[in-house]
Amino acid sequence: MTGEQFVFLAVSGLTIVAGILVVTLRNLFHAALAMMLSFLGVAGIYIMLGAGFLAAAQLLIYIGAISILIIFAIMLTRRMMQAQDTPFNSQAGAGLVTAVLSFILLVFVITRLWRNEIFDSPPEVPTAIMNQIVVQLGSDFVSPGAYVIPFIVASMLLLAALIGAVYVAWPQVEDEA
Amino acid sequence: MTATIDWYVALSAILFTIGALGVLLRRSAIIVFMCIELMLNSANLLFVAFARSLGDLHGQVLVFFVIVVAAAEVAVGLALIVTIFRTKRSINIDEINLLKG
Repeated sequence: MTGEQFVFLAVSGLTIVAGILVVTLRNLFHAALAMMLSFLGVAGIYIMLGAGFLAAAQLLIYIGAISILIIFAIMLTRRMMQAQDTPFNSQAGAGLVTAVLSFILLVFVITRLWRNEIFDSPPEVPTAIMNQIVVQLGSDFVSPGAYVIPFIVASMLLLAALIGAVYVAWPQVEDEA
Repeated sequence: MTATIDWYVALSAILFTIGALGVLLRRSAIIVFMCIELMLNSANLLFVAFARSLGDLHGQVLVFFVIVVAAAEVAVGLALIVTIFRTKRSINIDEINLLKG
């Protein structure tokens, strides 16, 4: 086993165990911490794939912002944090069957149907691109021939969603009466 | 040999299934949101793995858009959860059945 494989197995093991903890832990706050650990593992995988900038973005956005937002929501709905009789919903049996069947379908598709010979001998990644990855990403986002329209639409979407979130969560007048 | 694309595909499939299990099994709406984030992360992982394997940066560009949509989704979703909690005093998804026919 080479060093890269060992690191991959360690980081992916961390990611998977943290993911299982998210599904099984009763305490919502502990589940949120496990989710942050899982995001950290995914950031490690990004680093292994040579996407260092994405790993930094993952740390800042997912661990720094989204997880904190979820923890705030947990604190605002504090009564759910108390231990309860069961953490599962009323249709857990059907859900388990559905998830297992979809996993079997996924494995079947990946192992039997998905096989492109292009991946058997992956092309040598040009080191010039990989060394200039941030420069390339930055110019892709703002050049008219590439992604500038989706970039602007995404920023408008985020702005609209955040204004909508504030509007939805704003206390109604009749609630205060 | 090194970690090939198959390893990343396998990790992504496992992580996606864990997220789907959480969405389908858990009772708390916040856990459901957290597991949706896990599923989005597994898809992002696959995008980056294929971008690396094909030597093409467009997969990484797409991941940024997925992150933006995930941030928007979680902001609106958590606002909805807080509002529902304010009116029903509960975020148990078994009790959120106003739209049930």
